[in-house]
Order: sequence, then structure tokens, then C-alpha cells
Amino acid sequence: MTKIKTQYNRRSFLKISAAAGGGMLIGFSWLTCCVSGGKTEEALAIPNEWFEINGYIKIGDTGLVTIYSPNPEIGQNVKTSMPMIVAEELDVDWNNVIVEQAPLNTGFYHNQVAGGSQSIRKGWHALRMAGATARRMLLEATAKAWGVEVIALTVSGGIIKEINGDRTMGYGDIAVQAVAMEVPEEVELKDIKDFKLISTSVKNVDGKNIVTGKPLFGLDFKREGMKLAMIQHPPAFGMKVKDFNEAEIKAMPGIQDAFIVDISVPEPGYFDEKGYQQLVAIVGDSTWQLMKAKKALKTNWEAVSELENSEDHMKRMEGTLASGEMHESRKDGDPEAAFKKASKVIERTYSSPFLPHNTMEPMNFFANVTETSAELIGPTQTPQALEGSVSKLLGLPIEDVTVNMTRMGGGFGRRLYVNFGVEAAAISKQTGAPIKLIYTREDDMTQGTYRPAYLTTYKAGLDENNNLIAFSVKGTGLPESPVFEHRFPAGTVDNYLAEKASTHTNITTGAWRAPRSHFTAGAEQSFLDEVAELAGKDPIEFRLELFDRAISNPVGKRNDYDAKRYAGVLKLVKEKSNWGQSMPGIHRGVAAYFCHNSYVAEVIDIAMEDGKPKIKKVWCAVDCGIVINRDAAKNMVQGGVVDGIGHAMYSQLTFKEGTPQENNFNTYRLIRHSQAPEDIEVFFVENDIDPTGLGEPGLPPAVGALANALYQATGERYYHQPFMSLKTVMG
Amino acid sequence: MPEYKLRINGTSHNVNVDDDTPLLWVLRDELKLLGTKFGCGIGQCGACTVHFEGAAVRSCLIAVSTIGTSEITTIEGLSEEGDHPVQKAWLEHDVPQCGYCQSGQIMNATALLTENPKPTDKDIDNAMSGNICRCGTYVRIKQAIKTASNQ
Ligand code: FES
Ligand code: FES
Repeated sequence: MTKIKTQYNRRSFLKISAAAGGGMLIGFSWLTCCVSGGKTEEALAIPNEWFEINGYIKIGDTGLVTIYSPNPEIGQNVKTSMPMIVAEELDVDWNNVIVEQAPLNTGFYHNQVAGGSQSIRKGWHALRMAGATARRMLLEATAKAWGVEVIALTVSGGIIKEINGDRTMGYGDIAVQAVAMEVPEEVELKDIKDFKLISTSVKNVDGKNIVTGKPLFGLDFKREGMKLAMIQHPPAFGMKVKDFNEAEIKAMPGIQDAFIVDISVPEPGYFDEKGYQQLVAIVGDSTWQLMKAKKALKTNWEAVSELENSEDHMKRMEGTLASGEMHESRKDGDPEAAFKKASKVIERTYSSPFLPHNTMEPMNFFANVTETSAELIGPTQTPQALEGSVSKLLGLPIEDVTVNMTRMGGGFGRRLYVNFGVEAAAISKQTGAPIKLIYTREDDMTQGTYRPAYLTTYKAGLDENNNLIAFSVKGTGLPESPVFEHRFPAGTVDNYLAEKASTHTNITTGAWRAPRSHFTAGAEQSFLDEVAELAGKDPIEFRLELFDRAISNPVGKRNDYDAKRYAGVLKLVKEKSNWGQSMPGIHRGVAAYFCHNSYVAEVIDIAMEDGKPKIKKVWCAVDCGIVINRDAAKNMVQGGVVDGIGHAMYSQLTFKEGTPQENNFNTYRLIRHSQAPEDIEVFFVENDIDPTGLGEPGLPPAVGALANALYQATGERYYHQPFMSLKTVMG
Repeated sequence: MPEYKLRINGTSHNVNVDDDTPLLWVLRDELKLLGTKFGCGIGQCGACTVHFEGAAVRSCLIAVSTIGTSEITTIEGLSEEGDHPVQKAWLEHDVPQCGYCQSGQIMNATALLTENPKPTDKDIDNAMSGNICRCGTYVRIKQAIKTASNQ
């Protein structure tokens, strides 16, 4: 057993307990119908009394256990996997566990963010400790009650037993005494080999509520007396609202109020809106009446900066790459001389367009602002940032702002940015009532915060024996560069150069599932496919040779990957997919990528059907350390694969005079059932390494494997996303 | 505002709304039947799918004044206990990620299976391609439909 120091003290427990007791149910009493849980029919009875052991765990007098899931749930399934970790160390039967979403409590929980695939990685120790601490306190309380030592006791499934005796004690019976125990200074964690719950497959705790249509999402939140609100932002980047037909709108049926709100906050932070600060807001009783009022808006806009076009975007990025303004971010050896010496040189350029996140549930938020307080409830990946921005906007002390999280209909990075929550607060304040702000799909898709557009040139040089002796990457984007200078193949080539620069745009951008990696993996991995072809080598063997070099004699010291684990997923996918065996009619491509602390290799099999590529199967090999919830982890990787393929194949957002030309799913293309892979199989490298996340890492390699399989199937290389133009798809 | 008497999930409901109000917003704003979701408002995503006399329709496109006495079924009316074979298959395959699209997917799949109890992969693709899942659960949805079709 591992012994670790507990980080908690009595006071932090009490603080969270108070929040848990008072604020936890956030007016969700309308939701009590839909308790989330492993709880089945055979489970224990609903308790009369609950005992807060610590901020993660509450035990009822019947032995039923509530575990609070600290992080925002956006579909990555942390609401199941985080409590599983607590339950493992607490040693309770999962059937007797109920899960609740924890409120924002920065004083107690760590990292209440859904971002960067970090929930599990950063939560791992705290969650284990919470469970282990509670188990220890329950054991100590029992030992005291029976007048024995703790070592004379064992526990399993929430039942404490005397090793040399017949006495047993249920957690529910001793909880009342356990809460009075001192928090131990040190606790023992289980050995990994003793895990019973972790690495099994546990069903989504909200599964039943989802398939029966229970109100779980921000858009479903309602409170007595609440009004609805909608906004209208400028139609184009570079424009600002001047005035609108206020009197006419206010006179429309069901409309209470219409005004311009300003959401600028002093000293805006990273998650604050960089674009539209002034918006038209309309408040009313029903969504449909608000939609009609929105249609009746006659707004005067003024151009305050350039109105950009997609054609100019490409030219602008090309200009950056050609200019002398690139910043050299890494250089090994003498790339210039090596390229001169090389017997074969290949250079290719890759691009991808702006993309909106398009969470299935459009942006929305509930806000109730009074003179002295602000209460916010809704879908946010960064509750803490929202709390801070609302406090700044309203000039209220941070203690007087509360933020609670609902389940989210997707995140993908969009809900890291807090503008819609801040807008809700600004509208509630101005209209003097609790309101729920709702975006239409058009508002959502044209508001900005997009995935940036990118352009990158790769160049490789081979010697006469087809060894890679020189490699360079040079990239820019609107506005950020996608280049990761210390990632593979850095460290495997003696002569290496990475250069980057940003390109100006007034279109607002933000993190989009696997930021930069979503583009870079596709570009780099399809470039390497071409380099391997030029070298006359099998694409997997070619990569493995490079990893061998990085394992035995790496170039440079700052390479940000573990070459053994990287090679490990490639070897696993090679084995599982029977790589190298020819399959008639099947064209295969491979890619591997490391990002967000996890390693993923994928093989995509394509068949041509009616002259169109059809993805028959995707094979995925994943190293994310210990797998917490096996089947859910597979689901996450499968989703990443579909997301990667879908956006690379079909999606793009274009601009004319600053206006997004696609604003709903009739013009903007998202992957659909018939275009999805027929099968996606996921395999894990089994090891004892501390777990890392899976929300993002499954996506990036899919883009490279797709481009490489498409090349095998069609004889054409795909350099520019989206790979399939509207014409190709529609025929 | 005119009054409409609607038959939803086997019960009658009276609502006072503008005649052009889409069924979606009658369900969500007036009747608090929140399982039917809003995704696009233009019939392109399927999140708002309900049954209209047993057929899958997009409730965001159906004006309340055109419903008359037709029987409407929403996800809440699919089964009493969440034990419709399609719901059970969804749970067995642990289909949802974020879950937002799933009531629409389930309503669409149920209508498909009523009409065509043994759909081929192609039938499933054709019937389901109007339902977007942004999280990419398409593979599991197909498996769940096949499981339900074998019940
Ligand atoms: S909301 Fe009706 S189809 Fe999208
Ligand atoms: S599960 Fe998230 S949109 Fe389908």
C-alpha cells in the first residue's frame, strides 16, 4: 500500500460541507426525479439522515453513499469516472452509490475545469485520497466502538468486518461516529492490483435520465418567475451595434424589454469574449415570441474595423510564411546544410479553415442578479472564470457570486469562454428579473470563438540510404501558429528546424477540442506518410525506426514525448489491425499522435463504394495509463475519431465581408450517420501508469490516418481541409 | 391568443399560444416536456424529433395550428419506466456521450423500427442521417438499433 499525506484539514471539510448542505441542490428540486446513480432496484433504501464525511462523500444511515463529482460534465463522462475513483478507495458497492454534481467551490476542489483532457489526470490523487480518508475514518470509528485496533478490521463493499471475530458494521451504521473522528494525517491507498472497480466498465450514471428525456441540461433549467432572453450580435466581425427599433420591438406581443447590453469587464481574462461587447438583448415570456422579435429587429450597425474575406485569409497566411518574420522556435544541427546535402527533398503545404464548435446544445445560461448578489446556473466548462468575470462586470465581491453547473450538451472548448454567462448576468441586471438567455443555432454559429485557420509547410531531406537527415516545419494561423516545436519528429532527426508566426485577423478564436493538435497531427502524419513512401519504407516501420533513434540516442533534451510509449501504441495497432496483410478492396492509412498526455495510434480502412470513399473500420491503440472506465473510455475515443474524420472531411466556415457564410446545418456540414465509420475498435496498452485523459487525444491521429487511407484509395494526397468539397459529397 | 387542445402522450393539454408556434416550443415552454431538444430550429438536426401519429417528425417545423387531434408522442411518453426496447438497447450499449441528441435519436430509431423491424445497415443510415450527433456516437447508435431490432 502507498502511504500518502492527506491534504485536507477539518476546516476545509467543514467549508465544503456547508456548501454541500446549503447550496448543493441549486433549486434543482424539480430534478429530484432524476437522481444519477449506479443505484439499482436491489440497492439500499433512501436514508433518513446523511452524514458528510468529506466534500466528496456523504453516507446515509442505510449505507447508501452519495459521491460528488467535482468537474463539469460535457459528455466526457467524468460524472461517472471521477466518482468511480472515490468509490474504489472508499470500498463501496457501486450499486449503492448515488452521484451528484458538486457546486463550484474553489476553496475545496482542485481544478474544476473541463479542459485539456485534464480532469482525470489532475483529479486522480485528490479523488483517491478522498475515498481513502473516508474509509480510514469509518474504520477508526468502528475500531473505537468495538475497542479494537484498526489493523484487526477489514472492509469490503461498505461492510467492515473483524478479522478474528464475527462482528460486522455497515458504513451506514458507523457514519454518524465517523464524522466526529479527527481527519487522519496520513492514509493508505490501495495497491493498483487490488482495484475492483477501476478498469471495469461502469454505465453512465445519467444514462437512464438521458434516454428517458429528463431535464438535465442548461437549456432545460427553469425557475418560477424566470423570463427568457435572446441576443442579437453584429452580423459581421468588424461591426458594432449603433441603435435599433427599440419601441417597435417592445410593443411586440410577449416582449417585456429590449435594450443594448455591454459585457465589457475591466481587465478581461483569457476566457472573456474578445469580440462583440455590445449586443441587442430582448426579454420576454416565450422562446417563439422572442424569435419573432429577433426577426423584426431593424438594427443599425457601423463598421469599426476591417471586414474580412476568406480569399484574403489564405493570401495573408501565405504572406506570413513567405515573409522574413518567422520566429525560430527550435533548431538542432545545421538544417540548411543538411537539406543541401540530401539526395531527396520533399516539401508540402497543408491548411485548414475556421471551424465553429457547434455543441449540440446551443449556448444558454440562467442568471438572477440582484443589488447584492448574482446567481448563475448553466453549462460552463470554467465555472471559476465565469464567477470572476461576473464579479468584475457587476462590481460584486466574489463571495456574492455563485455558479452552478448543469450537464452540458457538448463542450469541445466552446464553453471555456464565458461570454454567454456574462451576457445573461448583464441582461438580468438591466431588466431586474431572473432570466435564461438562449442562443439560436445561428447566434451560436456566427458568434465567433472559432477554431483558428492554419497553414503549415513541412520539408524533409533523405540521404542516399533513405535515412531522414533533415526536417523542417514552418507554420502560421489566424491568429495563432499551430507548430509544436518539441513534438515528434523533433528528437529523431539530427538537423531540425521549427519556425512560427501569427497572422492578424479580427475574427475571434478559441480552444477547440485538441487545440492545434487537431490540425498539426493531420498535416504532420500525412507528410510523414509521403516521406516514408519516398524512402520506400512501410509507414509504420519508418516511424518505428525514428522512435528507435529517439529511444537510444535522442536529439536535444526538450522533446515532450516518451518515445517508448509512442512506439508502443504503433506496435499495438499494427498487431491488432493485422497491418501488412493485404485485404482485397481495402485501402489503409495509419497515424500516431501524442497530445494531452495520452498516446494514440489509429489505422483507417477505406473501401470505394459507388466511386466514393466509405470508412469500413477504424482501429485504435491507446496508452492513457490506467483506464478508469473501460467501455466509456472506448466511447470517448470513438467519438474523437468521428469528430476528427467529420471535420477534416466536410466542415468549413467561410467569410464574406466579415460575415460567416454558413450559419446553420443546412449550409454548414457536420458528419452524419451514413458518413461515419461502420466500426471503430479500441485497444488499450495495459500498464500501471497514473491515468491521463481521453477527451481529446483520440481526435488528432484520425485526421492523418484518414488522409493516408484516402491516398491509398484514390491515388490523391489531401492537403487542404475539408478534404471533400460539397460537390464530391453530393455528386 | 387562440387556444389549442392537443393530444400528447395519451393526455389532452390546452395551450394558449400564437398559431404559428412550433410544437417544439409548445412542448418545452408551455408543457414543460423538456426531453424534446432544440438544436437548429430548421429541421436539419433531428434533436426535436417526436412521433406524429407514430411517424417521426421534426417538432421545430410543425406549427401548433396544424396538429388538430393528431396523437403526439414525445420521449417522455415512449414508455412509463424507460424500458422501451430501444431505450433498453441504448442503455445496454451505453450510447450517450453528452446525451443531448439522444432523445431525438431514440424517437427516430423507434419510428424506423416500427415501420421496418429488421433494417439493414443502409436502411439505418438512410433513416438516421437527419439526426446529428455532434459527439459522434453513430457507431453505438447503429449497434443499439440492431440490438433493439432483435428483441
Ligand atoms: S431543432 Fe428541429 S431538426 Fe433541429
Ligand atoms: S451524444 Fe452529444 S450530441 Fe449526441
